Amino acid sequence: MHLPDEPISNRPEEAVSSGKNSDSGVPEHGTEPGAGPVPATRREYPVYEPGEPVALFVPCYIDEFYPHVAQATAELLTWLQVPVEFPGRQTCCGQPAFNSGYWKEACKVVHHFCETFAPYRWIVTPSGSCAAMCRVFFGHVDPDPRIVEIGQRVFELTEFLVEVMGVTDVGARFPHKVTLHIGCHTRRELGVSAPPLRLLQHVEGLQYVELPNVEECCGFGGTFSVKMPGTSIAMGQTKVENIIRSGAEVVVSPDISCLMHVEGILRRHPQGRHIRCMHIAELLRAEE
Amino acid sequence: MQSAVEETARTEPHVSLQGAQFLREQNKNLAEPGQFGSLAQSAERSYKHNQQIIATIPYFQSWREQAHQIKRYAIANLDKLLVEFERNITARGATVLYAQNAQEANEHLIRIIREHGVRTVVKAKSMVSEEMEMNHVLEAEGVRALETDLGEFLVQLAGQRPIHVVTPALHLSAADVGRLFQEKLGEPFTQEHAALTQIARKHLRRQFVQADLGISGVNFAIADTGTICLVENEGNQGLSTSCPRVHVALMGIEKVIPSIRHLPVFLHLLGRSGTGQKLTTYTHLIHGSTPGRKLYVIILDNGRSEVLRDPKAWSALFCIRCGACLNSCPVYRRVGGWAYGWVYPGPIGAILTPHLVGLDQAGKLPFASSLCGACGEVCPVKIDIPHQLVHLRHRAVEEPSPVRSWRERLVWRLWAWAMCHPWMYRLAMGMARLGTRLARFLPWHPGPLGAWTRGRELPQPPPGPNFHTWWKKHAHELKTFPTELPSESPGS
Repeated sequence: MHLPDEPISNRPEEAVSSGKNSDSGVPEHGTEPGAGPVPATRREYPVYEPGEPVALFVPCYIDEFYPHVAQATAELLTWLQVPVEFPGRQTCCGQPAFNSGYWKEACKVVHHFCETFAPYRWIVTPSGSCAAMCRVFFGHVDPDPRIVEIGQRVFELTEFLVEVMGVTDVGARFPHKVTLHIGCHTRRELGVSAPPLRLLQHVEGLQYVELPNVEECCGFGGTFSVKMPGTSIAMGQTKVENIIRSGAEVVVSPDISCLMHVEGILRRHPQGRHIRCMHIAELLRAEE
Repeated sequence: MQSAVEETARTEPHVSLQGAQFLREQNKNLAEPGQFGSLAQSAERSYKHNQQIIATIPYFQSWREQAHQIKRYAIANLDKLLVEFERNITARGATVLYAQNAQEANEHLIRIIREHGVRTVVKAKSMVSEEMEMNHVLEAEGVRALETDLGEFLVQLAGQRPIHVVTPALHLSAADVGRLFQEKLGEPFTQEHAALTQIARKHLRRQFVQADLGISGVNFAIADTGTICLVENEGNQGLSTSCPRVHVALMGIEKVIPSIRHLPVFLHLLGRSGTGQKLTTYTHLIHGSTPGRKLYVIILDNGRSEVLRDPKAWSALFCIRCGACLNSCPVYRRVGGWAYGWVYPGPIGAILTPHLVGLDQAGKLPFASSLCGACGEVCPVKIDIPHQLVHLRHRAVEEPSPVRSWRERLVWRLWAWAMCHPWMYRLAMGMARLGTRLARFLPWHPGPLGAWTRGRELPQPPPGPNFHTWWKKHAHELKTFPTELPSESPGS
């Protein structure tokens, strides 16, 4: 039988880093009294001092296809007395190449991103999946601590508002029936699921309706949507049926990339045609 | 009636996987969702049930972490633990045989069959036996192997392959099973669950007593006591391992855990994650062989040590085959288990198969995911499946595999170059916008564009400028809230 040439038995010390150790070096079973449940992991957020400048990172598809989302983000942050800056040399976070496996190519783009945003302590983007790329995956393409550290400065918009700034009421008014879709990267990689909801709760006149199977993926998945279109569209159709079932007039999301796919399917659905898709930044700027 | 079972098992053997060729062909089908009747609903129901159960247990996350650490320790110390397991179980009369690949394992098995003059075999559920394509090999040897797990029995009758690692006949509804029994066993049609179970029981029961050899898998091989742990709900494993005079247990090298003290946490997790049970109906602990009977343990590598070569991929070996990731996976629910082409379907298959059969055969599997992360969230041993998927995607484009293409590499090189030059970025994005506008007027759409518009409208860029241009003109016009921030805090 083949086992690795180099004995790896000296690794468990680093592997077994937590828990109560038994004589074999392996953690004991945790139902014994006193072990206690693990508290829900909550990310520690750094403190934002009022007046600190924030760099706006506008993902490529928002820049060209949804510029009004970036405008709403800039307006919203400025309205909340955050000095917004927009580094003109910014392009992309590298996620499309990273998810496709082309990490060398992604790495070049990540370096460009880091050069562009190096001077800023705070970087905010109206896209959860791009924020996840920066914060979670920069280290995968280049483990250089400087790159990882710059990635850590990136926050998704609603996360920045609620968790970092502590703002939940932005004075918006939107008297419509609204449901919320949170992208999977935002929900699972960033762990951001409460902030968008808390912001919606404080919008005047807004009637929130829960989306059935809210946690299920919409099927966009970046290049997945064109590499496996049959499966992607089938998943999107399920999401669209759930949106219709919720009875919402508007679908709102912190991820407009998911909505690009969902809206594309809604437009072809006889019962879904009239349903509006909006980024949460647009809704938070609304005074309808 | 008895002969009907025998006949079916003989004439319609478990359909062979035909190895890598099959996988290559099946990979093509990953793009299209298949129609599998009840599969999508059943898997989704299991997923939700699992989520509800987990939500009620405050200890669950701590159990997951412990199981992860125990597995990490075990995989790091496989060389010692396997030897310890072998020593302890051999001391109680068992014979341990090692096999580097499926062929060696089959050779061991055939030697055992010849030595003991075996004619009939009853088989409890074992994924390793699927890797070995064992039924096919036994068939060639002239030995009848009957699946005794209800789900496996059904797919064997139907001449299909298991669609799920825990519930192999998940795609069959009660009516499908009724029709199958009517057609293959000559039973009157029924869709009553209890009646169907009775039919299966009637046909299977006497097989256990007559069989010469029982084959089982291994859920956990416990090193310090030399114990094999098997979990099940139907009782067929207990019968398969105790009725025949010879018992062969098949296990992958990664099944070993250090101590019997580590077993409870896995039992807590496996039942709940697999089927939403607190504990499976039966938990068998087999400490060696009983007098007058023989116990063989075949320990199979079959590509697992390839995973050890890639330190980033180790956690793929932590898998306890609970099937939670399959149930949670929106892609699996739509394409079904067969689309993954080999023994292990779903997210775990997408990260395990490329190691076990090679990226050159299964390089496309890691791309069969929207990277939604539901699998990583439910995995009871905390395998970072979504991150493993992107890691394997990276390896698939760098190493020989069906997805490696110089054309795609060229496209991404050009893309990276454009993204590193802001003027080129703006030009490229401007062209993308123009292209999207014009695409409406094209009679057909090539490549990825066509893939998009097959079921979706293209996004319609607004008539105004892009954000870069807008910012230059309008940044100074942005308004600040005149006095104090509106917030929840008292005093606002």
